[in-house]
Amino acid sequence: MRRSVSFAVLAAALAIGSLALGLSGNHSALMAQEKASSAEVKIDNFCFSPATLTVSAGTTVTWTNHDDIPHTVVSTDDPRAFKSKVLDTDEKFSFTFSKSGTFAYFCSIHPKMTGKIVVQ
Amino acid sequence: MFEKKKDELVHDHNHDGVERRGFLKCMAWAGTGAFCVMKGGVLNSYSFSRLPDPGAKAETGELSFVQISDSHMGFNKLANPDVAGTLQIAVSKINALSVSPEFILHTGDISHLSKPEEFDTVEQILKGASPKDVFYVPGEHDVLNDDGKQFFERYGKGNSGTGWHSFDKEGVHFIGLVNVMYLKAGGLGTLGHDQLAWLEKDVKHLKHSTPIVIFAHIPLWSVYPEWGWGTEDSAQALSYLKKFGSVTVLNGHIHQTMQKVEGNVTFHTAASTAFPQPQPGKADSPGPMKVPAEQLKSVLGITDVNYVQGQHALAVVDSSLA
Repeated sequence: MRRSVSFAVLAAALAIGSLALGLSGNHSALMAQEKASSAEVKIDNFCFSPATLTVSAGTTVTWTNHDDIPHTVVSTDDPRAFKSKVLDTDEKFSFTFSKSGTFAYFCSIHPKMTGKIVVQ
Repeated sequence: MFEKKKDELVHDHNHDGVERRGFLKCMAWAGTGAFCVMKGGVLNSYSFSRLPDPGAKAETGELSFVQISDSHMGFNKLANPDVAGTLQIAVSKINALSVSPEFILHTGDISHLSKPEEFDTVEQILKGASPKDVFYVPGEHDVLNDDGKQFFERYGKGNSGTGWHSFDKEGVHFIGLVNVMYLKAGGLGTLGHDQLAWLEKDVKHLKHSTPIVIFAHIPLWSVYPEWGWGTEDSAQALSYLKKFGSVTVLNGHIHQTMQKVEGNVTFHTAASTAFPQPQPGKADSPGPMKVPAEQLKSVLGITDVNYVQGQHALAVVDSSLA
């Protein structure tokens, strides 16, 4: 009885596995769709990279600070379109860009650090 | 006989002529613990020959104070996991100076993240220093939230605008400037119109012989603009000080000692008590520079400043925490 149960479990697992493989084409399409609505900017060595990031409207951009010194992400528009709190190492800030346009920003602690999000 | 320790970097501007020209050729670096020693007359300098027994007080007409900078309380990364410990060592160095300083100037980045407990810790540690008066100007790390309101409430009561202020000690006029507020994208440090207007008025009626000491966080000369190491409108500030015989500018921010003499103005930056930063352009970015643990104290430091009435300029001595 037990042996047949475990066999059934194994068979089910194999079936699910092959189904997953079969579906992987669809799955990666789904993943690609998710990726399109989120994007990343790395903060490292006192740089935003990429310095200019182009995204489609509705994308959520996440900045991650990899430096061992804090930084901020602050829109240069007046009034400011977005403003992060101070990000220490490994901290993140996210903002969803629903409107199209060009959004320049900088680090208010180290103002030589500048970047741009182009929303299409 | 006063002996200069090998870890001291001495700048004496009381001598004119050869020594001064010799000095102008020498840009001193302390980033890797390598020191360049001033040539000409330093040990003969009046201020040093006057330094008597350890712990002595400055005599009347003399002024001794110390500058510390960039304590970054709250920083805990590899470049220095114990910034409270190194600040404590700085306090011990202050207390061991041969002439007790009358007060401390802290040229900013007191805290690392503008947190109340970070400011509290620095104040607590500095209570162990023999000089009881501490004058602060903020660094950009001190004004991270609410437009610097917390810093202003702690250290700026009674001061105008973003906290600029001036005071007099033994005939020397001290001016604390704030150049870390409302920084603009792509920009450098900035003083702003209101502060400049105040400065012009503040020095207008002072005698030309009054020695001036300016202290501010970001350097007031163009050290390395690519890294934000400069102040956009400092030229205008300095134009109000042209008439004075002796102007000493004390800054921090760059976490290494550097000096420049331009006419009547001596610019000087102090080492940090927390972590060093690379020399201009010698790294990808001006972030904390890691050195072997046993070398850390040699690249951190304090600055001792002595003024003797009648002398042309102040004697500025950097010493490391080693």
